[in-house]
Amino acid sequence: MSDHQAPLLRTVNVSRDYPLAGEIVHAVRGVSLDIRDGEYCAIVGPSGCGKSSLLNLLGAIDRPSRGAVELRGRDVSGMSDRQATDFRLRNIGFVFQRFYLMPMLSASENVELPMAEAGVGKRERRARAASLLSYVGLGVRTRHRPSQLSGGEQQRVAIARALANRPALLLADEPTGELDAHTGREMIALFGRLNADGTTLVVVTHDEALAQAAHRVVHMVDGRIVSDESNGFPTPPGGSGA
Amino acid sequence: MRFTLAKATLLRHPLRTGLAILGVAVSAAMLLDMVMLATGMQVSFRALLVRQGFEIRLTPKGTLPFDTEARIARAADAESTLRGMSGVRGISPVLGATLHIVRGDAAAAVFALGLRPEVQGDYELVDGRHAFAPYDLVANDAFLMKTGARVGDTLTAAAGYDAQLRTYTARRRMVVSGRGRFLYLAADQAAAAVPLATLQSMLGGADSDRVSLFMVQTRPGTDTEALRTTIERAIPRATAIATADAVRTVEERLSYFRQLAFILGTVSLVVGFLLVSTLVTVSVQERVGEMAVMRAIGVSRPHIAQQVMLEGLAISVAGAALGLALGVVTAEYLNGILRSFPGLPAAIDFFVFDAGAAYRAFAMLIATAAVAGAFPAWRAASLPIATTLRTEAVS
Repeated sequence: MSDHQAPLLRTVNVSRDYPLAGEIVHAVRGVSLDIRDGEYCAIVGPSGCGKSSLLNLLGAIDRPSRGAVELRGRDVSGMSDRQATDFRLRNIGFVFQRFYLMPMLSASENVELPMAEAGVGKRERRARAASLLSYVGLGVRTRHRPSQLSGGEQQRVAIARALANRPALLLADEPTGELDAHTGREMIALFGRLNADGTTLVVVTHDEALAQAAHRVVHMVDGRIVSDESNGFPTPPGGSGA
Repeated sequence: MRFTLAKATLLRHPLRTGLAILGVAVSAAMLLDMVMLATGMQVSFRALLVRQGFEIRLTPKGTLPFDTEARIARAADAESTLRGMSGVRGISPVLGATLHIVRGDAAAAVFALGLRPEVQGDYELVDGRHAFAPYDLVANDAFLMKTGARVGDTLTAAAGYDAQLRTYTARRRMVVSGRGRFLYLAADQAAAAVPLATLQSMLGGADSDRVSLFMVQTRPGTDTEALRTTIERAIPRATAIATADAVRTVEERLSYFRQLAFILGTVSLVVGFLLVSTLVTVSVQERVGEMAVMRAIGVSRPHIAQQVMLEGLAISVAGAALGLALGVVTAEYLNGILRSFPGLPAAIDFFVFDAGAAYRAFAMLIATAAVAGAFPAWRAASLPIATTLRTEAVS
């Protein structure tokens, strides 16, 4: 496989075990998965099948018990905490089910947070935050606190935050889980736009509509991938981020 | 951004933050007061003893100044000997005695100091003029209250009392020429300063050539200890006490105060530490989810810990600043209460502000508080991200 066709993200036989009440829970069992640049992949499955645990491994916020996770050819599973943190900061964007915005910061400050950590200057990050909030449709709400925003608006801010440092990969864990149907549809449309603009997306979801919108659907059961299907969308060879 | 986050976090719970600052302020005030108390009397006594620049005091052999009724005999001769010494710059002889201020059938006993106003170091003139003329008298407020006199009044002072005849002897008419604050006497002790020659004349007999004390000023560059030894050898009926020795003796006797102040000061540091530590721990416990998310999006552990420590530091600094003002006001109030203790020299302060000591104490308080926030901060920043997020989602 040539370099430009090499997967952006690769897991090689990763497993994750947790001790729980004196037993070992095998949350992820020997999963091997390749995600290419510009791909839009949904991971679906029943509750407790290990989708979120797999997502945590992909995003380097958890370490596999066995196996390896590589992003752009770098093994993230063996990194130290400091290295992994810095790697996440510059390469991965996270969107959570419960938004997890900083309640005491404004929308703009929430989006600026990763940029500030990455050492971006104040003027530049303010401008980029404004641009990202406009992109997600919140250009006029930059000064609002999360408590002054609806659920959908908060999730948009979270997406803007995830895109702050132009990550190679955007990971979303049940992004429509806390939203009503209408807002959920808006979010699905936004994800579609993000991917069309070149963002590589991996989404864990119970939402059928969201799964249908993805190019590829990976089914998990009991910690294993049981099927990996294309939704009929052509998989792009590569792309640029938002 | 850390400052923004720390500030926003503190302002999120304004009442809690305000109470914490107040708590630290009280702790800081107590610490400052203990520092002031530990050094106050020492500094105050030292200042009192070196006031007017008298480095050596001559008392009757084996006594402390005005410890007993004893006096130094052949005072003129002793003074002449002292003036002949090259290291001596100035001499203030002082004679202490009881005078009776007679008004009609009544008389009030007062403590009189016979001295030379041009070289004296025993009182500060507050009003009027010094007792330069033979019949002049400078009185303190206690004297004026006791006798009902005012500056300008003429009084009858008597140095003796004949019990058989029931009459006061050695009388002299005197004019209250001024009002003074007597530095070495208690504020509530009725006292007056009169010319030395006047008092010696009133006492008569052997006392006409006696003094209770000589205060000696030395020339710059003089070896005080060597001069002290020379004086004692030349005037064997007197004991020469260097001010430095007197200060040392006082400091030794004040060690109890310093120990007490040290213990209470340490307690206030511990209180400050516990206060900040508790607040930071509670604050951090409420935000473990937020911190896990910050770690997930790439904020490093040290930066999260620094942000939390900044919160503790902000509370400490604000509390210390408020505590400084509170401590000074409290010390002033307590000083006023303690100074009114009977028998204490009017010029003694218990609480003396020493800027260097105060700032060192506050620096210690702030550093202690910063450390107090460090452990809970680091602990929170080190929680496993995935597990914490899962726990937060479930809760």
